Amino acid sequence: MGRVYPPTPPYEVGREKIREFADAVCATDPVHRDLAEARAKGYSDVIAPPTFAIILSQNAGQQLVDDPAFGMDYSRVVHGGQTFRYERPIVAGDHLITVMTVEEISSRAGHAFLTTRHEVATVEGEPVVTIWTRLVIRGEG
Amino acid sequence: MQPGTEFPAQTFRVTRADLVRYAGASGDFNPIHWSDRQATTVGLPGVIAHGMLTMGLATQAVARWVGDTASIVEFSTRFANPVVVPDDDKGTEIVVIGAVKKIFDDGLVQIDVTATCQGEKILGAAKALVRHQ
Repeated sequence: MGRVYPPTPPYEVGREKIREFADAVCATDPVHRDLAEARAKGYSDVIAPPTFAIILSQNAGQQLVDDPAFGMDYSRVVHGGQTFRYERPIVAGDHLITVMTVEEISSRAGHAFLTTRHEVATVEGEPVVTIWTRLVIRGEG
Repeated sequence: MQPGTEFPAQTFRVTRADLVRYAGASGDFNPIHWSDRQATTVGLPGVIAHGMLTMGLATQAVARWVGDTASIVEFSTRFANPVVVPDDDKGTEIVVIGAVKKIFDDGLVQIDVTATCQGEKILGAAKALVRHQ
């Protein structure tokens, strides 16, 4: 508990990735696709739908699957809950680094409950979004 | 907007193709979202939608209600019940409704969100905080 993992390598946010994600979550706001529209709203490039940030959480969370000391069996993982707190939207061209902290681990009724916090910032150090991911690791049998 | 203001229901159809599209876009390739065999092995009734797809659709409902995606400063939810998506052309339907719960002194507006599928609540305590101009 309280364990902080090393910062992830930078994730480069791409325009086409944003458009692809926007299609997948039925995000119809033109700011996700139309550069002129995004610039008119004061952004340097197209902006990501809010839940795009989950990609950063997933990438950082992979460290838990890969950590032999943690030994998380991904096939038993169920998504319990999710929170995003935004400083600003994610913008195409951002290079984002995520620092993950294990905030809480508990055990109830044979299942393990895990909360991780992910601080996402640009490589320049500007905070962008804080993510809390709550997972349930189901016990065997 | 004032406390009690209700927003019109937003309906989203979700098919297996939508799950595959979301898996590719998000990088979440957990097989419970595309393989009935794997889903039933872990005790699910069949392939279920990604919780984050459901949350993504609920977030879009809020974005449409307030007219500006970037005004959403916080969104939080539990995943209460899985969304089972049958392997047919119709898939299933997610209905999202919402209402203004509270307006804070700093101008932030709390919108409570309810999402259902086949009459069952799929999100728990879902709420958005939005900046209101």
